Amino acid sequence: MVNQDLTPKAVIETKNVWVSYDAQTVLEDINLTVNETDFIGLIGPNGGGKTTLLKALLGLIKPTSGEIRIMGKTVAEGRCYMGYVPQHIEFDRQFPIRVWEVVQMGLLGCRKPFAPLSSAEREVIHYALEQVEMDNLSQRAIGELSGGQRQRVYIARALVSNPQILLLDEPTASVDPQVAGNIYELLRRINQTVTIVMVSHDMNAVSSYVKTIGCLNRRLHYHGSKEVSKDMMEAIYECPIDLIAHGLPHRVLSSHESEGEKHA
Amino acid sequence: MLEIFQYGFMRNALAAGVLVSIACGIIGTYVVINRIVFLSGGIAHAAYGGIGLGYYLGINPVLGAIIFSIASSLGMGMVHRKTGQRSDTIIGVMWAIGMAIGIIFLDMSPGYKADLMTYLFGSILAVPASDLVIMLVLNVIIISLVSLFYRQLQAISFDETFAFVVNVPVDRLYLMLVCLIGLTVVMTMRIVGLIMVIALMTMPPAIAGLFVKDMKRMMALSVLLSVFFSFTGLMLSYYLNLTSGATIILVAGVAYLISFLIQKSRQKRKAEANLQSAN
Repeated sequence: MVNQDLTPKAVIETKNVWVSYDAQTVLEDINLTVNETDFIGLIGPNGGGKTTLLKALLGLIKPTSGEIRIMGKTVAEGRCYMGYVPQHIEFDRQFPIRVWEVVQMGLLGCRKPFAPLSSAEREVIHYALEQVEMDNLSQRAIGELSGGQRQRVYIARALVSNPQILLLDEPTASVDPQVAGNIYELLRRINQTVTIVMVSHDMNAVSSYVKTIGCLNRRLHYHGSKEVSKDMMEAIYECPIDLIAHGLPHRVLSSHESEGEKHA
Repeated sequence: MLEIFQYGFMRNALAAGVLVSIACGIIGTYVVINRIVFLSGGIAHAAYGGIGLGYYLGINPVLGAIIFSIASSLGMGMVHRKTGQRSDTIIGVMWAIGMAIGIIFLDMSPGYKADLMTYLFGSILAVPASDLVIMLVLNVIIISLVSLFYRQLQAISFDETFAFVVNVPVDRLYLMLVCLIGLTVVMTMRIVGLIMVIALMTMPPAIAGLFVKDMKRMMALSVLLSVFFSFTGLMLSYYLNLTSGATIILVAGVAYLISFLIQKSRQKRKAEANLQSAN
């Protein structure tokens, strides 16, 4: 989709970002500008650095070189404007925490540490839970929920701080297609005001819900568009090899093209 | 039965039981949900170095244990945070080195060490009033810090990555938590001894965790269970003339086993009921 705004406001900017673990380079020279109300789907092979890029944006990993600015600020300050939905694999079902308390975590950082929860903050938590349709289960223990319900709670936790940017790592990895559809519809609604960067393996979702696609395989191939043109195909040539491995090469390409025509 | 309360040492013992149970129930809950039982066991054993240091310097061994267990808490806490997968090896080494230092210090200290065994195996009947004051102060510290940082501690225990991302000072809070574990260890040492501290810290929360899914309730129930185990163990040891610390631990152990079986049979009944309703 072409951004109609002539002067889009950049919310995330990375300049020549390199990340390596020990001697292994995971991200090479990443230059990414994310503008307000973008909805970027990041695809790429396993080990291509998708999660690493999100971690670098959140300050969980320090780049070996290069610079990251969030809302024009350093990562540590800028992440106050970001909501994060992690990829949850390991999880202690016995953990004594209620849905309400999980969502409350999203409010912890950028507030006074000891003040009791204000009524405004309670209202915000309620609202976030309503948005993901989990308000009726707010007193449940997190371990009693299904995978999809839990994922929605994590989205509420990310939304509760009223973020400008939402980062999601495989938000539908462990949920059935019906629930995944609901989550993407929710994201589309949120995207009216919130910028979204989403890592996903779900090619269907990426092609039908996001506005633009980036492909990450150590290097980032991103042109701020959803069209996969011939020259971009050549640029991201490493990706289709992996897409074939995922078993969905044709669907991806055809849906890109049809979407491309629609917007052209 | 009530005649035993006329003895001053018995009243002290009961007071010590209550004070220790409060700390154990609250901090033990964090130990169990964070799955740092091994780390806490390491802190407990390394505290023996402080006992030895106390004897060597001629100061109150409890004071030595407090200093030593704070130091080992910080050391092991940092190792646990920074070294990743093999941290248990290093913690195990520190655990043994702490004990070895204690033994060497004791070798070098002159004189007869009559009450040495009370630190290893506990002696709830020999708690002096001065130790009750120390316990009270430690409890005040533990309760105020935990209530002040309740939400933050819950957050870092549940999902430390997310807590870090929302700018909660994860490392500092974590080190504070291990220091509180160290203080609790020193208190609990008086009741059941260094060797069995970890059992009294973990069994009540482990039982509570089977029946409640709320952290505050888990803490409250752990405290009550711990008080119950201390009292019951104390009474049994008094009437049967057994070692008090070991009796308390065995009472807790039996309760743990029973509650585990209850939980299992409840789950089984539930599964059967689900199966029937499905048919």
